[in-house]
Amino acid sequence: MPVLSVRDLSIDYLTRRGPVHAVRGVSFDLEKSETLAIIGESGSGKTTLAVGLIRLSPRGTRVTSGQILYTKDGLTSDVRTFDDDDLREFRWAECAMVFQAALNSFNPVITIWEQFLDTARAHGMKDRHRIRDRADELLELVHLDGKRVLPAFPHELSGGMKQRVLIALALMLEPQLVILDEPTTALDILTQRSIIDLLRQLRQRLGFSMIFISHDLSIAAELADRMITMYAGRVVEQASVTDLFYRPRHPYSVALMRAVPRVSGALGSVVSIPGSPPDLVRLPKGCAYVPRCPFAIDACREADPPLLAVDTPHHEAACIRWQDVAAALGSNAEVPVAEKLA
Amino acid sequence: MSALIELERVSRTFETPAGTITAVNDVSLAFEAGEAMCLVGESGCGKTTTGRMLAGLLRPTSGRLLYEGKDVWLTKGADLARFRRAVQLVHQDPYASLNPTRTVYQTLSAPLFRHKKAGSAAQALGVVNELLTRVDLTPAENFVAKYPHQLSGGQRQRVAIARALTVDPKVIVADEAVSMVDVSIRISLLNLLLTLSREFGVTIVLITHDLAVARYFANRGRIGVMYLGRVVELAATEALVSDPAHPYSAALIAAIPEADPDITRSKTRVELRSAEVPSLLALPPGCTFHPRCPLSEAGLCDVQIPELLPIPGAREVACHVAVRERTRERAAASA
Repeated sequence: MPVLSVRDLSIDYLTRRGPVHAVRGVSFDLEKSETLAIIGESGSGKTTLAVGLIRLSPRGTRVTSGQILYTKDGLTSDVRTFDDDDLREFRWAECAMVFQAALNSFNPVITIWEQFLDTARAHGMKDRHRIRDRADELLELVHLDGKRVLPAFPHELSGGMKQRVLIALALMLEPQLVILDEPTTALDILTQRSIIDLLRQLRQRLGFSMIFISHDLSIAAELADRMITMYAGRVVEQASVTDLFYRPRHPYSVALMRAVPRVSGALGSVVSIPGSPPDLVRLPKGCAYVPRCPFAIDACREADPPLLAVDTPHHEAACIRWQDVAAALGSNAEVPVAEKLA
Repeated sequence: MSALIELERVSRTFETPAGTITAVNDVSLAFEAGEAMCLVGESGCGKTTTGRMLAGLLRPTSGRLLYEGKDVWLTKGADLARFRRAVQLVHQDPYASLNPTRTVYQTLSAPLFRHKKAGSAAQALGVVNELLTRVDLTPAENFVAKYPHQLSGGQRQRVAIARALTVDPKVIVADEAVSMVDVSIRISLLNLLLTLSREFGVTIVLITHDLAVARYFANRGRIGVMYLGRVVELAATEALVSDPAHPYSAALIAAIPEADPDITRSKTRVELRSAEVPSLLALPPGCTFHPRCPLSEAGLCDVQIPELLPIPGAREVACHVAVRERTRERAAASA
């Protein structure tokens, strides 16, 4: 039984130009203790989707279809039908979110201790001593010293420390599910590494499920079990992390893999993706990737292809030419895409 | 061979309420014409300050900036104007570096008039069109009348590069010039800068925290690694990434997450003795990396500041242990 099952979710932003179709018919399952990475360029709808899952979308957003099925203790309910009380309980106690830009997630005029206190009280914990013990325990979990960190104001902490505190706060109520939006963007390399290792340890110890949103493929390569590629608000490919990296079947996934240079191994042929993402108000007929796609044929302009099962199990791509993509990459398994096409 | 532009033992200090900090400490770097070089390091390592000194925007507290052999801070008049035209800086944030109330034409034509590269609007428009074509904003007519908010991040950065090109620079210092644009188009911006260096002989110094970007950009050139205000290693790019000599470079390369699950999950880590970066206000004695360094030797590294010294393989490293070991290895191999 998946912890989270998203069915045909669509989200629009209302603008003067008309509705922006930011998320279009997205479906996926997240199993217990599984880590899912959602990748895509800016404007692909990944953050809208993540925020939509906990119903924190800004005003002017409309969910036009779909279900967000959340399962706890064998009981399944739709997050979309939750009232305010249900939602308050769901948002932190069941599903915590760590936002992009750790800086902006804190109240700048109160100490870290008060942030812990606020969060705990909002969820009905009253006893200061117990909250203090819990805060110390959580900070230890993220390798920080409570005595030093709790009396500090957010501006007194480094970027990496703030990110750790946020992760500690997210884990306070032992959520089943943690959503992280660009968890390591804007951090230094060594700090980035320590946050990645920390997330890996915590997941192993506490067994929560994780969704992270990133444009950074390397974080996905580090942590994900499964991956989703989003383009123009749609899921265009989903697969295990190794299938997506070594046997991508959607031309957009292939292009993303080729756009990122590496430090180890051969450099291969690295190329940017030409053009830019489509206007989500006036989407073209057919597949939205056509104008940038080297595999596009006339049939691609006719209809937006559904997710099709491809040659590896549990692997789907929304591309009618996936066989040609497979042929272009060759059958050679564990070679990075950039080298196959070099 | 004499360098086109050179920093000679420069240091730069800043006064802060908490005391004096030395952002850059005794750095020497020389660049040939047409070279594509990268300076890498984490935040606070002094790479931006170094870039600003190189561009002549910040006066070194000590040491000299030499352009074509002349001390820039002692030149005046026509010589200084020539330096100002020759060296251009491209900033990190294309959202902040372009005036939002000016069209692309206005942004690009202002320096043309200022430096008398165009006498009339028609002439300026011709040059602007040419510049836009050079940075691949084509057809140029579609872009001249646009305001920055009508452009994507990548397009803005191209306009910023075009602006740097208005004065036919010999050197471009690009400070994190691709960090804020989407990963999908970073490579094309790097290629644009590389074309400038290969085809027009412009020296490009790219400052970045991203070693993968540095490796791609400086693939045929050099990378300089900075730590707490000093250059700790300077080497040909492939030599540096495949066989880093300084323990800090080695730690960085081992820590980088790579966009390849097999490689990244099987990387051997370099364990540092401490995760804490010392404050610039209280730098450790000797080698500033010694409190974190796995190779640190008591009585040597905590006492003596290592100089950037040449080691076999046409590279330089500021590490007592690395210099000793590598020189010994070479001696043993040739014996």
